[in-house]
Amino acid sequence: MTVDLWSRMFSFEDYGALLQLVQNSIIAGAVLGIVGGLIGVFILQRDMAFAVHGISELSFAGAAGALLLGVNVVAGSLVGSLVAALIIGLLGSRARDRNSIIGVLMPAGLGLGILFLALYPGRSGNQFGLLTGQIIAVDSPQLGLLIGISVLVLVALLLVWRPLTFDSLDADVAAARGVPGRWLSLGFMVLLGLIVAVSVQIIGALLVMALLVTPAAAALRVSSSPVLVPVLSMLFGFVSAVGGILLAIGGSLPISPYITTISFLIYLVCRVLGARRSRVRS
Amino acid sequence: MSPSADGGAGILGIRGAALALGGRTLWSGLDLVLREGEFLAVLGANGTGKTSLLRAILGQQRLDAGHIELDGRPVRRGDRRIGYVPQQKLIQPGTPMRGRDLIGLGVNGHRFGPPLTTRVERERIDGLVAAVGAERYADEPVGNLSGGEQQRLRVGQALAGDPRLLLCDEPLISLDLQHQRGVSGLLDARRREHGTPVVFVTHDVNPVLGMVDRILYLAAGGYRIGTPDEVLRSEVLTELYGTPVEVIRSSGRIIVAGLPQHSDHHAEHDA
Repeated sequence: MTVDLWSRMFSFEDYGALLQLVQNSIIAGAVLGIVGGLIGVFILQRDMAFAVHGISELSFAGAAGALLLGVNVVAGSLVGSLVAALIIGLLGSRARDRNSIIGVLMPAGLGLGILFLALYPGRSGNQFGLLTGQIIAVDSPQLGLLIGISVLVLVALLLVWRPLTFDSLDADVAAARGVPGRWLSLGFMVLLGLIVAVSVQIIGALLVMALLVTPAAAALRVSSSPVLVPVLSMLFGFVSAVGGILLAIGGSLPISPYITTISFLIYLVCRVLGARRSRVRS
Repeated sequence: MSPSADGGAGILGIRGAALALGGRTLWSGLDLVLREGEFLAVLGANGTGKTSLLRAILGQQRLDAGHIELDGRPVRRGDRRIGYVPQQKLIQPGTPMRGRDLIGLGVNGHRFGPPLTTRVERERIDGLVAAVGAERYADEPVGNLSGGEQQRLRVGQALAGDPRLLLCDEPLISLDLQHQRGVSGLLDARRREHGTPVVFVTHDVNPVLGMVDRILYLAAGGYRIGTPDEVLRSEVLTELYGTPVEVIRSSGRIIVAGLPQHSDHHAEHDA
């Protein structure tokens, strides 16, 4: 029984051949882990963790709708994400408004998605994939699209890095220095929408936080350096995503639990280290 | 403060400015010329439009009438000729930023592009760190610093653009006496050494009384401008408020008593 469970969770038979098959998935996971870790630093600084969850549910609805209509699932996911991101960005400039809007959007999106899935006559594996991850089921052209979007988000983030940092820390002073805060906020929401849509494909709508929030939260536990925090966060995201995929491919279980568990363990270790660090200082 | 140093036109010119918010006139017919090196304290109860005046000078608040010029050109949103020191808001512990990075935002924080700091920019930041006396904690996480230390860094940030004008919105609020002196001393030094005029919004004039050249006192619908001795007098404020107000001077401090209760919760506060 335990042996059976173990072999379902971890198996390294024919590992080399499997590795070849999932090579593109690993690349996609690696890129998402890195970009997710980077954008996570801003998600936390701008207090947007809840928004990530809200966007991901609408992204799920979009993907489920696309599945039902028989069109490109990534495109559907992107449409759902961007609609949610823009609604939240346009209506929720203040934190309290934002949280209530997200609270309203989230069940609406999830409900729509479940309706679309219930109407979908195809295989049920695809259905749960959107909620809990399905990277192995994503075909190569789509993987290419996901990688392309992630790289786009990465480059855009680096270009707006300083003004976005300024605006996140102190919007009033940034505005006085000519930082276009309104446009930056909206732009950030679009980038967030894009990366959430990618994450939904890879680890599923319910688990996107494990790659977009947890790595940055872990990094902030052990450092306050403006260079080290993003670097560590990207490293944690990378290790979680790639490590999760590598551990999972041999077994017969979905990949997401491996990714979320690694990401959570990293956070736990960082919390312990961080607690020790602040005790030493005080 | 020689009034002719800038040709008499002043660095900041406000002419016939009027602003109403929510159907209530905050001020109208406001005329003010600020000359090189001048220190102007803006006093008044909450809701009299002190912060709105700063926002108007920053080009973030459209006037209902009149205009504001800096060096003879109309002010516009995001004008980097202006240095702005905001109300003290504590930066949260855990913010991934060191003291010098806060100053660095004033140097290149508005610039898009790869987040690389050039050697010239690094030297500029070092110079500003030294100018505001923050060497000791410049490399500490900014969230671990005290309110006073953070506020010194914000002054450094505001000076980064070598401003023509400094705007300060209650920069001393919730600082202890020592840091109040330190921060206001930095502003005083800047206007003395570089002639940068300072507009200083405050509800308590006492910490800066020794530096103030003129006071703009705002009250519901009206205002008075003049030296502290001209404005902070019982009969002047009584006329401005339309109700008996007493200005008490005791051991170098000025206290305004008898402000109308409805005006705000600072009614019994210092001037």
